[in-house]
Amino acid sequence: MERRQRVRRDAIGFHHGRLRLFALSIAVLVCLFSTWLAAGEIPLAERRSGYEFMSRETRAMQDDEATGPALFSLLDGEALWNRKEGPAGASCASCHGGGMKGVAARYPKVKSGRLLNLEQQINVCRTERQMAAPWAYESRELLALAAFVGRQSRGMPIDIQSDAATAPFLAAGRASFNRRQGQLNLSCAQCHDDNWGKRLAGSVIPQAHPTGYPIYRLEWEGAGSLSRRLRNCLTGIRAESPAYGAPELVELELFLMWRANGMRLETPAVRP
Amino acid sequence: MARVVVNAPARAKRGEVIEIRTLAGHAMETGFRRTQTGELIPRDIITQLVCTYNGVEVFRAELHPAMAANPLLSFTTVATESGTLEFKWSGDNGYAATQSASITVV
Repeated sequence: MERRQRVRRDAIGFHHGRLRLFALSIAVLVCLFSTWLAAGEIPLAERRSGYEFMSRETRAMQDDEATGPALFSLLDGEALWNRKEGPAGASCASCHGGGMKGVAARYPKVKSGRLLNLEQQINVCRTERQMAAPWAYESRELLALAAFVGRQSRGMPIDIQSDAATAPFLAAGRASFNRRQGQLNLSCAQCHDDNWGKRLAGSVIPQAHPTGYPIYRLEWEGAGSLSRRLRNCLTGIRAESPAYGAPELVELELFLMWRANGMRLETPAVRP
Repeated sequence: MARVVVNAPARAKRGEVIEIRTLAGHAMETGFRRTQTGELIPRDIITQLVCTYNGVEVFRAELHPAMAANPLLSFTTVATESGTLEFKWSGDNGYAATQSASITVV
């Protein structure tokens, strides 16, 4: 170590100070440039739904409205929508007779200072309007109703407002997206911003646009929410997953939906 | 609760090859999985689908534990005459489901 330092000093000679400054500024520039390259967000024109990374067969499953695997969720959801629940004796349809077109494209949403995803909003309606017990996260009923509501916004562009009330949640979500975590010390961005389209084992890394939740995932052999998918990813990088409904999870959902603003909703999508 | 869906064309030309798609809601538990405490989860799958066209069997499938949940089976037959397509699923633990679709052949 001592030797190497002396050699370098000798080589630099009397220009030592100026050269070091020059080298330092070059290094800073290189660092800035490489972080800009590496942590670049996906340009709008290059955004792709997970659908486009799927095999022809899996796409066919999603496109098949009559016998697609998410059909049972939709049928269950429709029945639940019209079923009177709780002492209030009200069904979803009693209040929301006009349907829920476009609603799912605007969630997660800030309501009186609290950030709610669609599943949480359904449970708020259940407890505050129908006076019924909330459904458990990932329960068949909650997923079915979320899929039924989401289906009505199919084909509509995702529309997350970044107003003053939403901004702090959005900033927190962006921070989680870019934060390295877990034993593998990876951030979401390192895979889904920087390396999308490449392969992680046998699977293509998608861009992480939540365009079709709740999805029917072939790996799960069933329906699941965005929270479940995110918890899956977090387990994959060996990080600790926040509980269902935890603010940090919903903030990340908000950021991802905002990041997919303008993309068409595909709910209920099929994913591999 | 047995839930099944059939998608078959309501009208077809005589001699036309028609595609029929069927979807059955079923967990298709393989019998190879264990619970967290190590007990084997017993097998519970659909084992058979039979389709008859005006009483004549036109398609039969035998299903095994490697089938995914909610099996989608698609097959073709030739539209010969107007009538009814009958579908019958059967499986473990007395699972049974039936569905029918009528077809008009012109």
